[in-house]
Amino acid sequence: MDLEIIGILVLWTFLFGYVMIASIDFGAGFFNAYSEFTHKNHIISNIIQRYLSPVWEVTNVFLVFFFVGIVGFFPSSAFYYGTTLLVPVGIAVILLGIRGAYYAFATYGKNPAKHYTFLYGATGLLLPASLSIVLTISEGGFITMVNNAPVLDYWKLFTSPLTWSIVLLSITSLLYISAVFLTWYANKANDKKASNLLRKYALIWAFPTMITALGIMVELRAHNPTHFANLLNLWWMFAISFLFFLGTVWLLWKGKKFGIAFSLLVGQFAFAFYGYGFSHYPYLLYPYLTIYDGFTNEAMAISLIIAFILGLALLLPSLYLLMKLFLFNKTYIEGKNPSSKGVPSK
Amino acid sequence: MINEEAVHYSRILTEVTLSFHIIYATIGVGIPLFIMIAQWVGIRRNDEHYILLARRWTRGYAITVAVGVVTGTAIGLLLSLLWPNFMEVAGHIIALPLFMETFAFFFEAIFLGIYLYTWDRFDNQFKHLLLLVPVAIGAAFSAVFITTVNAFMNSPQGFEILNNELINVNPIEAMFNPSMPTKVSHVVATAFMTAAFILASIAAYRMVKGSKHIYHKKALHLTVTVGLVFSIASLIIGDFSGKYLAQYQPEKLAAAEWHFETSENAPLILMGQLTDDNEVRYALEIPSMLSILAYGNPSAEVIGLDQFSEDEIPPLYIHYLFDIMVGIGTLLIIVAAIYWLGIRRRWKFIKSKAFLWLLVFSGPLCMIAIESGWWLNEVGRQPWVLHGIMKTAEGATSSNQVELMLWLFTGLYVVLGIGSVIVLTRMFKKNPIERELAERNQ
Ligand code: HDD
Ligand code: HEM
Ligand code: HEM
Repeated sequence: MDLEIIGILVLWTFLFGYVMIASIDFGAGFFNAYSEFTHKNHIISNIIQRYLSPVWEVTNVFLVFFFVGIVGFFPSSAFYYGTTLLVPVGIAVILLGIRGAYYAFATYGKNPAKHYTFLYGATGLLLPASLSIVLTISEGGFITMVNNAPVLDYWKLFTSPLTWSIVLLSITSLLYISAVFLTWYANKANDKKASNLLRKYALIWAFPTMITALGIMVELRAHNPTHFANLLNLWWMFAISFLFFLGTVWLLWKGKKFGIAFSLLVGQFAFAFYGYGFSHYPYLLYPYLTIYDGFTNEAMAISLIIAFILGLALLLPSLYLLMKLFLFNKTYIEGKNPSSKGVPSK
Repeated sequence: MINEEAVHYSRILTEVTLSFHIIYATIGVGIPLFIMIAQWVGIRRNDEHYILLARRWTRGYAITVAVGVVTGTAIGLLLSLLWPNFMEVAGHIIALPLFMETFAFFFEAIFLGIYLYTWDRFDNQFKHLLLLVPVAIGAAFSAVFITTVNAFMNSPQGFEILNNELINVNPIEAMFNPSMPTKVSHVVATAFMTAAFILASIAAYRMVKGSKHIYHKKALHLTVTVGLVFSIASLIIGDFSGKYLAQYQPEKLAAAEWHFETSENAPLILMGQLTDDNEVRYALEIPSMLSILAYGNPSAEVIGLDQFSEDEIPPLYIHYLFDIMVGIGTLLIIVAAIYWLGIRRRWKFIKSKAFLWLLVFSGPLCMIAIESGWWLNEVGRQPWVLHGIMKTAEGATSSNQVELMLWLFTGLYVVLGIGSVIVLTRMFKKNPIERELAERNQ
């Protein structure tokens, strides 16, 4: 396999990891704020305390890994994307800052103020919107070269239906992913009330997710026919993804086997995500940058890959330990453990 | 093609972001060591005071780390957003340590999450302490790797340039550049030193405010003793950093020392003021000392600013930054040494309010030294972003929205800065040690 392909696969995998766990995090924030708003008391805030607080820094590192990695493997992407993305990504960083502050000041320092909970919830929807713009831009047509420097056409970007359908998809799917996961988690915690409420949310958001996904296909066909044709060639991946989707919805409907429902959901998004990624190949940015002309030198590529393998050897066992303690430990998630309420308990 | 305004605002935004991040990053590198020592002593001696020290420090630490993570993520992205041309080149040559840094973060973040939430889950306390080891290692290695990148910017090597193309890139050679050994060790040693004095400040402050509890005395003794060790280490390594500069970045050293003419027996100039035609006034001069600092030999020749063209000389105000850093370093060694001797010899005055106040200021002073040191290092590299290879202005973005971003980010840092101070003070005011001890003993 080409080094270029190994590089992009590694990065795409980490991006997928980020999309999944960040969706859970962002969505939980939104549901939390929403239930506060509708006075459904603190059904969800317990789960946020117990599951999200210990892992939010890890979630963040997935993102850091992705953007450090992409500059490492594909230095030219710094030139094209760095110059043009200042505003959308800058805003995303500030929103991430607000979320970090919530964890730092509200949950570590305990009593979160009400308006802060709303702000935290709102960032959960704004973040996917500002981050997903990167995917829109990668489809080409929004960046032009002026005096050898890339320039982003904001007007065109914000009036394009493609932009808005991608934003919508990112929001609906994040709510869906998050609701399915939290249903499972609440069920494991034996919290029937929370589990039922979240199951309802999951079912509500399932179909909008599908519809917005189809919407993107339609928009893409007009916007970037090459990419659209590549997508069609990979139709079977999207078909598998759809079958997984049906499986999740069916299990949720029946109200059983939430663990399997969540695994199917991961499968659904994995097939769709990689299908989209493969069909994007070889472009990082239509039509200026492919993974081949933006790639780093061979010596750097090899050393990055070696570092990656060594890093994984260190990381996977540690991640396993983290999951074992906070995701699969019954006394912890049920909140029976004395240290599950805050940092560090008295 | 260079957009002057974008360069200007990119500089300010970079300076603001890094100067803010480094406060939390330094604390983040240093404090785990002290939590580890306190918890270890506590378990070994079965002394509840030390265990509580570890717990209380950890609570504060969780908050500073969170701010460190947020600002660090901002820098990581801003580097590509504001300096795309620089990052494109840097990506080719020095991406390896940046990439490894993310693994260090990963490692730190995972175990920190576990450590924070498992205080009472182990019967054997040593097991819990073990979880802190990867946190400390991860934090220290983040500093090592990122400082390696910065060292590379000061003394780039490990590649060749042919017709505007980079060839023969050797990532390992780029990492182990001449500036790396002194820079990395100085940064790590000063981080431990700073953490020590910040924790000492807190204990001293409680004592000044009238607390007679033995808990604070134990804390002060532990932190000042370890602080003394690291401040001496910082001085020694700092001396080596000067020798590195003399050899590889003589213009930085010359600008920091206001050394205009190349000469032997060069004197060291302390403080003072510069007239319009570069005459030094009101300064303290130590004969031959600069030659000793630069080469360890009083008669050695030290290169002066006369060897460099006007547009390659860094701003001369870095002289003050250097003096502030060295002054604070020396002062704190003296203060810590007096304390240490005073405890052995039972000198009365080290318990006096005046001396305690000195210790209260040691932490903030250390932070000022850290900021001065970094500004010295970064401003002293100007006009280069990659020494001798790429000028700062060439590395910058051409975007027109940098000013807007500057305001937004400054707002974020103000909120984070004020928020962290409020949360930290509230956390410890509401729950003073006397009360926590009483509750635990019920
Ligand atoms: C608590 C903080 C602190 C203290 C007390 C000192 N330093 Fe320092 N110094 C730093 C914190 C620092 C730093 C923040 O860590 C820097 C900035 C960049 C770097 O590499 O380290 C630094 C840089 C730095 C440099 C520039 C290196 C370069 O640009 O490549 C020199 C020559 C020294 N130091 C020398 C000293 C000496 C002789 C000291 C005597 C006591 C000293 N430092 C105390
Ligand atoms: C965390 C401590 C640091 C501080 C406080 C700091 C501070 C500064 C300052 C004050 C400048 C501006 C110099 C000038 O324009 O006159 C600067 C420049 C720069 N620094 Fe650092 N720096 C730090 C570490 C680093 C590291 C580790 C890197 C690289 C990985 C880095 C990358 C840069 C770049 C790219 C510039 C060029 C932009 C400019 O000149 O403003 N800095 N830094
Ligand atoms: C331009 C330079 C820098 C960049 C790009 C950078 C990047 C980052 C990033 C992305 C994070 C967050 C990681 C996470 O998500 O967990 C972070 C945190 C951190 N940084 Fe920086 N950083 C820089 C300068 C420094 C310096 C100079 C030091 C040390 C002397 C340092 C030490 C740390 C540490 C220890 C953390 C972990 C958080 C904490 O413990 O407070 N960083 N940095």
